[in-house]
Amino acid sequence: MSNPPSPSPANWFKSLRRTRLGEPCLKTYPLQYEEQLKRARVSFQARRSIKENFRLAQLEAVLRMLEEHECDFVDALGRDLHKPRFETVVSELIPVKNEALHAISNLKKWMQPQQVERNLSTTLDECLVVNEPLGVVFIMGTWCSPVQMCLVPLVGAIAAGNCAIISPSVCTAHTAALLQRLIPSYLDNECFHVILAGTNDLADIVELKFDHVFFSGTREEGSRIAQAAAQCLTPITLVLGGKNPCYVDQHCDITITAQRIAWARFHNSGQSLVAPDYILCHSDVKTRLVQALKCCLMRFYGSDPRESSSFCRMVNLDIFNRTKDLLWRSGKVVLGGQVTEAEKYIAPTILTEVDESDPIMQQDLFGPVLPVLSVNNVDETIAFINKQEKPLCVYVYSNNSKVISRVMSETSSGSFCSNDSTLQSLIVTLPFGGVGASGIGAYHGRYSFDTFSHRKSCLLRSTHLECVTSLRYPPYDDRNLSLITWGSSLSWKSQGWCHIL
Amino acid sequence: MSREQQAVAGARRAFQTGRSRCLEHRVRQLKNLQRLLTECRGDIAGAMKKDLRKSEVVVQMYETLGLEEEIALAVRKLKEWAAPRPVEKNLLTVSDAVYVQAEPLGVVLIIGAWNYPWAVTLQPLIGAIAAGNAAVIKPSEVCVHTAKLMDELLPLYLDTELYPVVTGGVPETQELLRQRFDHIFYTGSGAVGKLIMAAAAQHLTPVTLELGGKSPCYIDSDCDIAVACRRVAWGKFTNCGQTCIAPDYVLCQPAAQQRLIQELHKAIKEFYTDDPKTCPDYGRIINRRHFRRIVSMMEDSTVAVGGDNDEEDCFIAPTVLRDVKPDAKVMQEEIFGPLLPIVTVDGLDEAIRFINRGEKPLALYVFSHDAKVIQKMREETSSGGLLANDCLVHYSVNSLPFGGVGNSGMGCYHGKHTFDRLSHLRACLIKTLKMEGMNNMRYPPHTAGKLGWARFFVLKNLNLGWIGRLLLLAAVAVLAAVVIQKYQLLRQLDR
Repeated sequence: MSNPPSPSPANWFKSLRRTRLGEPCLKTYPLQYEEQLKRARVSFQARRSIKENFRLAQLEAVLRMLEEHECDFVDALGRDLHKPRFETVVSELIPVKNEALHAISNLKKWMQPQQVERNLSTTLDECLVVNEPLGVVFIMGTWCSPVQMCLVPLVGAIAAGNCAIISPSVCTAHTAALLQRLIPSYLDNECFHVILAGTNDLADIVELKFDHVFFSGTREEGSRIAQAAAQCLTPITLVLGGKNPCYVDQHCDITITAQRIAWARFHNSGQSLVAPDYILCHSDVKTRLVQALKCCLMRFYGSDPRESSSFCRMVNLDIFNRTKDLLWRSGKVVLGGQVTEAEKYIAPTILTEVDESDPIMQQDLFGPVLPVLSVNNVDETIAFINKQEKPLCVYVYSNNSKVISRVMSETSSGSFCSNDSTLQSLIVTLPFGGVGASGIGAYHGRYSFDTFSHRKSCLLRSTHLECVTSLRYPPYDDRNLSLITWGSSLSWKSQGWCHIL
Repeated sequence: MSREQQAVAGARRAFQTGRSRCLEHRVRQLKNLQRLLTECRGDIAGAMKKDLRKSEVVVQMYETLGLEEEIALAVRKLKEWAAPRPVEKNLLTVSDAVYVQAEPLGVVLIIGAWNYPWAVTLQPLIGAIAAGNAAVIKPSEVCVHTAKLMDELLPLYLDTELYPVVTGGVPETQELLRQRFDHIFYTGSGAVGKLIMAAAAQHLTPVTLELGGKSPCYIDSDCDIAVACRRVAWGKFTNCGQTCIAPDYVLCQPAAQQRLIQELHKAIKEFYTDDPKTCPDYGRIINRRHFRRIVSMMEDSTVAVGGDNDEEDCFIAPTVLRDVKPDAKVMQEEIFGPLLPIVTVDGLDEAIRFINRGEKPLALYVFSHDAKVIQKMREETSSGGLLANDCLVHYSVNSLPFGGVGNSGMGCYHGKHTFDRLSHLRACLIKTLKMEGMNNMRYPPHTAGKLGWARFFVLKNLNLGWIGRLLLLAAVAVLAAVVIQKYQLLRQLDR
């Protein structure tokens, strides 16, 4: 018998290892977090988080925490982002409450093993899919929706029976401190821990080994987290930023379109993963759209948005400077453009005459700036969108269902919404996540539960009917094979009645 | 441009033309694949015989039959799987279309394994085609003849641009991994799985990893030992133990060990005769490196059955090891060979503790008449899959998701699960520009009044299903009242 070359895993290691020049040989792991991970792991192994009553109690505690400390959350987000009460309640607290309520009312159903369709050979057996918790999950929130991006995955992790370590973003320092103070008062202290880790430490913490890692943030950070997770074969869910395109067709109600876009774009001062990042406007209606946007913004925030209590601020100077830089080096400002560094304030700004090669179109944007580009038709729009990386969302505004259908079927994105923006990320029954460069995996509602569970296949047979089973044993002959083949073809032809059996 | 780069670029170009999305195209390709399996049965069996000493019957039973079932299922159900999947709406989206749409990902890389090369390489391909993707197929170079045959046959039946085959070893695979894919599907070892995941992470590519582990097999004292041993022997020694879900080791009580060994011996004789070396139904180890690895594992354990081996022929007899200690060489890594260690434990609790000390395996087997024993095992351990009172067969039920957890892998496939795994499930909300009045509450300037309305409408405190039932009840009550009234009126008129 010839001996083929046999590549060993050792060869793989040697050839695929990349040399990283200039890096120190020793990694200093954040040791203080190991202790918390250990405690969570011990709790999980003691099966503390698994019982239905425990999960329900924790979910109800999350609800109570949000109810009883609404003012504290409003205050913390006010200090971090100058966020108005309305936005905090409606876009941060209510989505978490909805998720918790949805999980509470569906938990029993989700925890039930699912019966699946059997084939002829398993007609008398039990075929089930059982949902098991994974273990200890690591949830890293982002600063643009600091409460929602931490607590919504946490609700899913709790519902699925896991323990969790939560790391809210340190960029929104007051909110992070609030979560660190409140969570131990409401949730089980052994199963759930809050840590405040800098963005640069997160990849090292991932390497301590978790059973699932949830991260939201930028693509560069996401890639680093993914590489760290690969070291320990940890499954990941990544929700990453990008540039969400928004097409405005010539056949649509411009006033309403402008209103919906303006709300989505300038909400939280444009610091959002799901807001439309740039407009591709049909050339016939561009002037009207820009005019309508201007009117809208005047109605929303008044003539001086700096005075408006409904308008937020940049989270920190780094983001402020980056956004300011992008807006000044791109296109032409037709509205806004004013900045006040002391307040980290950037006025709601609209840019026109933006070119694809401008800095604002090349980099991720977190700020209240809306570039409006001109396109001549839907083909150009689709071609433009497909030249970029797959975004988290694609938006289309049109009365023409064929246009909507075309853009939807000829582009790809995490999610899609026509004639509105952002709302698809608030519907608890829809999966929310990215594709390609905008992320991996999805969550929200049942999808969160599934993300943080392992669906274990169980086939429960008996040792009876050995006469049938023995058809598969050696010595093999063609007669056995014919019987098995016949049984198999009968099975897939009559899948319907097998199910009834 | 290297050959690998060309193949990937060609696949991407072909995908962008949109032809792989069309349902008729997908069905045609799947039916062509079916024809390949039917028309080339002889060639496939011939190559497998040279690679792994598998007989034609074995190849059909364990490789191609499963594939034909998967193809038939995909062809039958494709329209349903690819259709929009509506979801429950809330009060604010009552007049909108809200659904999830399965879309192709793009270009998928499928890296096959050598132990069941057709099953493990083509099954993900069936799902990739069904989901509308292009796919680059990289068969394992370890099964030389089969890889060569795949390279010859697949282009004759499938669209060559959309589904190119790239053969080769480590350098070729490295080159492939430098390219960008939309999903990577890998079957093989954990060590290589980590490298593949790390390479995929550079491009933020999602992966499905079907890895292995030590699949424990607990044999309770309350079970039909003779039948259990036959099934375990079949599960273990099929393909010479080179199966990712083979029962790796047995856990039993000390009193049962002797009987187990006797029954296993009996089963081995029945299946493979007194001289397995001459038996046509018994396979061989894939190569000398694996042969040496497996033989060295026997060193510090006692052989109860078998033990003979021949390096020249890569033959290792079906072997049972007794009284194996947890720190023995054979218990340190996945065996992937025809050695069946028996480790004694005091009972179910100790067995569960033993299993939980190790990494989560791909499969877990428990033999018992007692449903409570099975339930306890199911609830207190975790594994990719669990099978009670048999081995391996859960693989063939295509409605069950097949995959690992923890170190045994991530992601699952088979049947519809492959389709979903290799699709992007995109959330779609189709609204109109009407009913703008409802939206006014969300626009600045924000007021307490608007906040009140928003709380009412947005907070999910109304179950639409419940409201629907209430409305129905109200409608029925009204109808009943009208009918009763009419009846009474008629009676009055009669009088």
